[in-house]
Amino acid sequence: MLYEQELKTFVEGTTNFFEVAAQQPASIGSPYLMEGSPAVHEYTGVIKISGKREGVVYFTAPKAMLTVLLMKMQENDFSHETMRDLVGEVANTISGNARRDFGRDFVISVPSVLSGEKPEIPQKPGLRSFIIPINWRSHSAKLIVSLT
Amino acid sequence: MSTPINGKARRTLKLMIVDDSNLMRRRIERSQQFEDLQLVGTAADGVEALELFRRTDPDVVTMDITMPHMDGIECIARLVAMKPAIRILVVSALADKATAVEAMERGANGFLNKPFTDRQLNEAIAELMR
Repeated sequence: MLYEQELKTFVEGTTNFFEVAAQQPASIGSPYLMEGSPAVHEYTGVIKISGKREGVVYFTAPKAMLTVLLMKMQENDFSHETMRDLVGEVANTISGNARRDFGRDFVISVPSVLSGEKPEIPQKPGLRSFIIPINWRSHSAKLIVSLT
Repeated sequence: MSTPINGKARRTLKLMIVDDSNLMRRRIERSQQFEDLQLVGTAADGVEALELFRRTDPDVVTMDITMPHMDGIECIARLVAMKPAIRILVVSALADKATAVEAMERGANGFLNKPFTDRQLNEAIAELMR
């Protein structure tokens, strides 16, 4: 079961990503328990988790935010493919960084990306899902962590 | 060949970038600041990296770990087996010590966690080229 104190790992990972890669901190809201199906933005990067813990981590963000994020990263390609690449890379980075606290047996998949569709949340006993709100330069995104 | 320093010419080294993210491959290419490091190609996974290695014989490699088809750990082992003098910098989001240790045991020479700044990347590459 995912515990509230474990969310700190993901909050710190998200904070670190925006501070370093985007060179501008994000404001991370208080995580809250997700009820029902997840609301997503235009692009969603999905990482499946296996090993000692099972579940999924996904980062969902609007095109407008990703566009500005790409600009901050000195990119000038704002194509659909690059948006998909970025959102997958964000999800991958935050999930991979979580291994600092969760350890090597927190196995992360290569990212898959959804464009508008809702990701499947696995139905497993003991699985809890939390939403971590992210605000960056007037844009909103979410990190959703669903783990046994 | 690059400009001689201290009377000795420094050979231009060949760089290969391996990462399943095109964005990350472009980032590393754009951010590295070494005149004596020439990009010879990029690969999106370990299988492509081995093919590219056979064609271009790179001296320096940046290597992601989590990739489809063949991950970075296996690729490192294969590259080092083919060219023991190759220098490999792992550039990965995996932040646990065990992964870094395993990569080094397989033959990597350095480890840089994502996300990274341009300065951190160039310092890591400089260390690799020492």
